[in-house]
Amino acid sequence: MVKIVSKKPNSLKEKIFHYCPGCGHSIVHRLVAEVFDELDIRGIAIGVPPAGCAVLAYNYFDIDMVEAPHGRATAMAAAIKRVLPDRMVFSYQGDGDLAAIGIAESLHAANRGDNITVIFINNAVYGMTGGQMAPTTLLNQRTTTSPAGRHKTLDGYPLKVSEIFSQLQGTTYIERCAVSSPATVNKTKKAIKKAFQCQKDGLGFSLVEILSACPTNWKMNSIDSVQWIDDVLCKEYPPGVFKDETAARKLAEASS
Amino acid sequence: MNKTLMSGNHVIGEASIRAGCHFYAGYPITPQNELTEYMSEHMRSNEGRVFIQAESEISAINMIAGAAAAGARVMTSSSSPGMSLKQEGISSMAACELPGVIVNIMRGGPGLGNIRPAQGDYFQATRGGGHGDYRTIVLAPATCQELADLTMDAFDFADKYRTPVMILADGMMGQMMEPVIFKKPTPRQYPEKFMLRGAGTGKSKFIRALLLDPIDAEEHNWKLARKYEVITKNETLCEEYNVEDADMVIVAYGTSARIAKGAIKRLRDNGMKVGLFRPITLWPFPEQKLRALSAKIKNFFVFELSTGQMLDDVRLALQGYAHIDFHGRPGGAVPTPAELTNVIARVYNKND
Ligand SMILES: Cc1ncc(C[n+]2csc(CCOP(=O)(O)OP(=O)(O)O)c2C)c(N)n1
Ligand code: SF4
Repeated sequence: MVKIVSKKPNSLKEKIFHYCPGCGHSIVHRLVAEVFDELDIRGIAIGVPPAGCAVLAYNYFDIDMVEAPHGRATAMAAAIKRVLPDRMVFSYQGDGDLAAIGIAESLHAANRGDNITVIFINNAVYGMTGGQMAPTTLLNQRTTTSPAGRHKTLDGYPLKVSEIFSQLQGTTYIERCAVSSPATVNKTKKAIKKAFQCQKDGLGFSLVEILSACPTNWKMNSIDSVQWIDDVLCKEYPPGVFKDETAARKLAEASS
Repeated sequence: MNKTLMSGNHVIGEASIRAGCHFYAGYPITPQNELTEYMSEHMRSNEGRVFIQAESEISAINMIAGAAAAGARVMTSSSSPGMSLKQEGISSMAACELPGVIVNIMRGGPGLGNIRPAQGDYFQATRGGGHGDYRTIVLAPATCQELADLTMDAFDFADKYRTPVMILADGMMGQMMEPVIFKKPTPRQYPEKFMLRGAGTGKSKFIRALLLDPIDAEEHNWKLARKYEVITKNETLCEEYNVEDADMVIVAYGTSARIAKGAIKRLRDNGMKVGLFRPITLWPFPEQKLRALSAKIKNFFVFELSTGQMLDDVRLALQGYAHIDFHGRPGGAVPTPAELTNVIARVYNKND
C-alpha cells in the first residue's frame, strides 16, 4: 500500500510557481492553500492579490480572485466582504503594496474592523520592480534605491506594520511570523489558520505579517536568505502575537 | 405619477437606490456632499445595502471595483479634484470590464480651484482620464428630470457593456431643485458568470487585466475597442432645439445648455434665428447628428464653462464644413443668459 505523506493542496492549481528559487511567496501560497483545504473554505474564498511579485497569484490559487491596482487590495477586499458577508475574503500583499502606496487603504480597513484577512509578505524590498527600498527596508540595508544603505535621516525608519495595526481598536488578530525553517513555517501556518478562523467566526480584521525571503534582490542564496531572516530580520521585526482578541470577542458575542 | 421637488444631488442618490444600487462609497467634497449624505442615510436604511465613507477617493473607486466584481450594482461620486484621484481605478475597471456608475459634480479648477460650477473636466471624462486605451460612457444631464432618468440608464449601460459609466454634471446641477418623476427601473440583467461569488464545487474564476504577453494585451485592447465601437454606433444621445429654421446653432451641454436656452429665447425675440444642439452623451459624442446639421447650417457657436474642451469634438464632427465661434467662462464663473445673448448677438450679426 502506498501511503501519501504529502500532496498538493486542492486549493492550488496544477501549475509551477514562477517565483525565484528560495522565494517565500511559494511557501506562503502553499500554506494558505493548505489552510483553505483544512477549513474547507476553497469554495467560498475570494482573494485579492497585489501588484507585486504575487500579482499572478490567481494562476496558482484555485479560488475566485480579482486583480487590484497597486496598494488597493484591502479596499477591494473590504468591499467584497461587505457585499458577500458569508464568503471568506482576503488580500495578499507585499510590503510596498500594503505599507507604502496602500497604507491608507490597509489601515482604514483595519480600523473599520472589516472582517477580512490580510496576508502580508514582508521581504524588506520591492521584489517585482527589481529590489528598490521598501518602507520595511532595514537601516543601512542596501537596495537599488538605497545603494549606500537606508539612511535614517534621509529615508526614514523600517515601518512596523504589526505593531501599528495592533494599536487600532478595529483589529482582532495580528501576528508576525517568518518562513525560514520547518518550525517557523509550521508556526506561520497555524497563524494563517487562526486568522481565517477569526474571519469565519465573524470576529473582525486579522492580519498575518510574514517575514519572507527574496534571495534575488537580497543577492544571497536560499540558505543564506533564511539565515538572514532569523539572524537579522527577526531582530528588527520580532515574531509573535501582537494582538489576539478572538477569545474576548467570541465571549462578548456570546453574552450579547 | 407623483412629482417630487428635489435637489440634483438628492435626485441622483434616489434614482440610484431605485435602480438597485447595492454598494456606494464616497469621500466628502463640495459641491457633491449632499449626494454622499443622502446615500449614507438611505443605503443603510435599505436592508442589505452598503454605504462606506471611504478614506479617500482612491479607496472609494477601488471599493466599488471590488463590490462590482462581487456582483453588486455600485456607485461612487465626487467632484473634480477627487475625480483626478479616481482615474487609476477607472482605468482598472474599464480594463477588467467591471460595471459601475461614477458621478462627477464638477467644480472650478485646475488644482483646488473653487467650489463653483464649471465644465473643465470634459477632457478628463471623455478621453479616458486615466492611463491606457479605454473610454468611459459619459452622460451629461441638463435637468433634474434627466439626472433621474440618466442615473438609472447609467446602471443599465454599465451592465450592458461591462464598463464604468460617468455622469458628468456640475455644482449648479447638484444644488438646484426641480420637480422630478422617477421612472420604473428596468430589472437588472447581469449574468452570474461575470460575478465572483466563490468557486463552490466548480471551476474558479479570476478577473484581471494584467496581460504580460503583448499579443494577449493587444488582443484585449482590440476587444475593448470593438466594444467602444458598438457603443459609439448605438448609444449616442442628443437634443436638438429650435434648429429647424436656425441659421446659427449653439452647441452646449449640461448647465451651459440651460443658459443657452435662456439666451435663445432672447435672441429669437429679437429676430435672430438661433437653435441649440445639446449632446447628452459626451462620449460617445453625437458626431453624426451634429455633422448632419452642417448640411444646411453654416454657423455654430460652442459655449462651455471652460476654455474650450468640447470645442475639439465639435471641430472633429464638423470637419471644417461650417464656421465655429466659441465663448467660454472657466474657473467657476457662470454667465447669465443675458451675457450670452449679447456675445452671440454680436457674432450673429457679424456672420450675417
Ligand atoms: C501605481 C503603481 N505604481 C507603481 C507600480 C509598480 N510596482 C509594481 S509592484 C511594486 C512593488 C512591489 O513590491 P512589494 O509590494 O514589496 O511586493 P514584492 O514584489 O516584494 O512581493 C511596484 C512599485 C504599479 N504597478 N502601480
Ligand atoms: S524577486 Fe524576490 S519576491 Fe519576487 S519572486 Fe523573486 S525572490 Fe520572490
